[in-house]
Amino acid sequence: MSTLFSLWWIPALPLAGFLLCILFGKKLGKSFVSAVGAGSVGLATVVAYSRLIPFFSGDLAPAVERLSSWITAGSFSADLALRLDPLSAVMTSFVTFVGFLIHVYSIGYMRHDETEAGYARYFSYLNLFMFSMLILILGQNFLVMFVGWEGVGLCSYLLIGYYYDREYAAAAGKKAFVVNRIGDFGFLLGMFGIFTLFGSLDFDRVFPAAAADPGRYAPALTVVCLCLFVGAVGKSAQVPLYVWLPDAMAGPTPVSALIHAATMVTAGVYMVTRCNVLFRLAPEAMAVVAVIGGVTAIFAAVIAVAQNDIKKVLAYSTVSQLGYMFLACGVGAYAAGMFHVFTHAFFKACLFLGSGAVIHAMGGEQDMRKMGGLASKLPITFWTFLAATLALAGVPPLAGFFSKDAILASVFEGGSYILFAIGLLTAGLTAFYMMRLVSLTFAGRFRGTHEQEHHLHEAPASMTLPLVILAALSVVAGFLGLPKVLAENGSRFAAMLEPVLPKLATAEGAAHELSHSVEWLLIGASVLVAVAGLLVGWSWYGRGQGAVPGRIAAAWPGLYALVAEKFRIDELYDVLFVRPFDALCRGLWKVVDVLIIDGVLNASAFFVELAGDLLRFLQTGNVRNYALSLFLGLVGLLLLVIGFGY
Amino acid sequence: MIGSVPLSDVLVASAALFLVGLAGALLRRSAISIFLSIEVMMNAANLALIGYGGALGTREGQLLVFFVIAIAAAEASVGLAIFVALFRHKETIDVNKINLLKW
Repeated sequence: MSTLFSLWWIPALPLAGFLLCILFGKKLGKSFVSAVGAGSVGLATVVAYSRLIPFFSGDLAPAVERLSSWITAGSFSADLALRLDPLSAVMTSFVTFVGFLIHVYSIGYMRHDETEAGYARYFSYLNLFMFSMLILILGQNFLVMFVGWEGVGLCSYLLIGYYYDREYAAAAGKKAFVVNRIGDFGFLLGMFGIFTLFGSLDFDRVFPAAAADPGRYAPALTVVCLCLFVGAVGKSAQVPLYVWLPDAMAGPTPVSALIHAATMVTAGVYMVTRCNVLFRLAPEAMAVVAVIGGVTAIFAAVIAVAQNDIKKVLAYSTVSQLGYMFLACGVGAYAAGMFHVFTHAFFKACLFLGSGAVIHAMGGEQDMRKMGGLASKLPITFWTFLAATLALAGVPPLAGFFSKDAILASVFEGGSYILFAIGLLTAGLTAFYMMRLVSLTFAGRFRGTHEQEHHLHEAPASMTLPLVILAALSVVAGFLGLPKVLAENGSRFAAMLEPVLPKLATAEGAAHELSHSVEWLLIGASVLVAVAGLLVGWSWYGRGQGAVPGRIAAAWPGLYALVAEKFRIDELYDVLFVRPFDALCRGLWKVVDVLIIDGVLNASAFFVELAGDLLRFLQTGNVRNYALSLFLGLVGLLLLVIGFGY
Repeated sequence: MIGSVPLSDVLVASAALFLVGLAGALLRRSAISIFLSIEVMMNAANLALIGYGGALGTREGQLLVFFVIAIAAAEASVGLAIFVALFRHKETIDVNKINLLKW
């Protein structure tokens, strides 16, 4: 296949941007950094689409481009190779495009507050993130993927801790890194397992081998898949490793939008989908994925209901939606899960960027209780935010409706009615807390200070334009994945992904087709729940000014506090893991290091010193003493020779 | 001439001379006296060398003595120079008072 650009151009351009920004950005100033930072990603987007458009209009056969061999050791070998297949193409399509929009937005958001050095640092990290993410997506084997996987983790750490002079930001970055490492450990173990089983890490060898002989690997595959899933749980912030994501909001808001909503956190879903052949051969692992996803979805949604920080609500919402995606993967609806990844990227990025515009206008205030009535002051932000909210809530015909409905239908189809109920309830809660957010922020009267009210202003065009584009996509993106009742051939999105979801010989719970009436019923149910959530949210917080929730909180203060304090999971982890680990480290430090290792060293040094202290008195400085000892030595030697006959 | 004296007598004389020198080196406090005592000890060694040379009828013993004398002469010049320098510095050559180099 002759193409104008190699796949390698796509990650290479942001990498070049990273190098230029970090090496010369500080000297050459903000305009240079803006141009290079956003421009490199823009070019990468253009290059990516120059490959994607022919690809999607062509035959969808995967294109593998090998740069060179990388590691060869014994029977192990890994190539530096990139892969463009429907799955990576879908990911690339929104990662580059949304990434570019967020870079543009960042110019407006960061330009005025930061120093030249800080601005250059910000864009260089952002570009490095784009590079890592694209490597992760496009990698042809697990090892290349892992490089990207670690790279995005690093950039996430760097960008969460961007305001490193604020203690909570530095701590949040560290927390994200440590929690992610736990997941990465699982991913590594999974990779070891895959290499042991298949003797290769190449996608083109592992998956066909597994598909060709399903029975052979089955028991070990469950373990391998669970290890891989631990990696996904860490990266995609699922229960029990979700705790880092809400704290990650300490980073700049565009970072939250790009890394902690639209792209990086979906890497776990991408990885599970990429390994769908393995997971489908391990039904127990699939069940774990589904249950973890479902639990995360409802758990995070409940927490989001009682948060007052605008970004925290969105963060928990992201965790909850990621749970949805895993729920879909767990019941075998990988296409539906990826579709939700796709649509979620648009509306969640839009929501985060919108919240960024709000925070920007409020002069850094993030507490929704001090906002209100912003709709008239920030009209563009309000309307785009509202569109994205309705998309997230699942109001037809916006994007979130189709993807969420596809997931719920698949869960129902799979026969997991409890998980279906959880999913439906989560959908209602999602609609409720998003409407609460919108009502508190944009409706009612302004509750901040006069000074803040005076300064309220709509964001510059570099910020509103991405909002408008993302909002438009949130509205229309869903039409790629119409449900079967609405479109002749079903979802075009699912059809596109079919090549990466091969049919397996094993009898997978033969999905019984849902009848049209049942499907309409499901659609009706999810719409009903979404609208109910929205209406309750509006009537309690918009019109009712928070009277009803206030009474609820007063009636069950303990329960309310528990939810508002995020079920005190952080505190629980603190008691269960952090403090014991801390105590262990302290013990090792005080006993093993200070007492034993240092003790042995210090003791030997002490005895040497003591011996020196005593022996030095032999050195009298008096030459006659030396002469005497010489003589005595001579006598001694003579005695030895003569007396003992040596 | 030396051959007419029995070797044992020569060695006894040599040992006596050596002990005299040793006693002087250990007991005297003046650096010059100590130095002279060391010369005495060296000459005791010379005497023993000559005695053995005569007894064995070889010339190596006498030959070695010339080396010792030459070295002693060189040593004397260096030693005396040191004493002069010492005296200029401390105005004494009592070795009991020259004990800076200690613990």
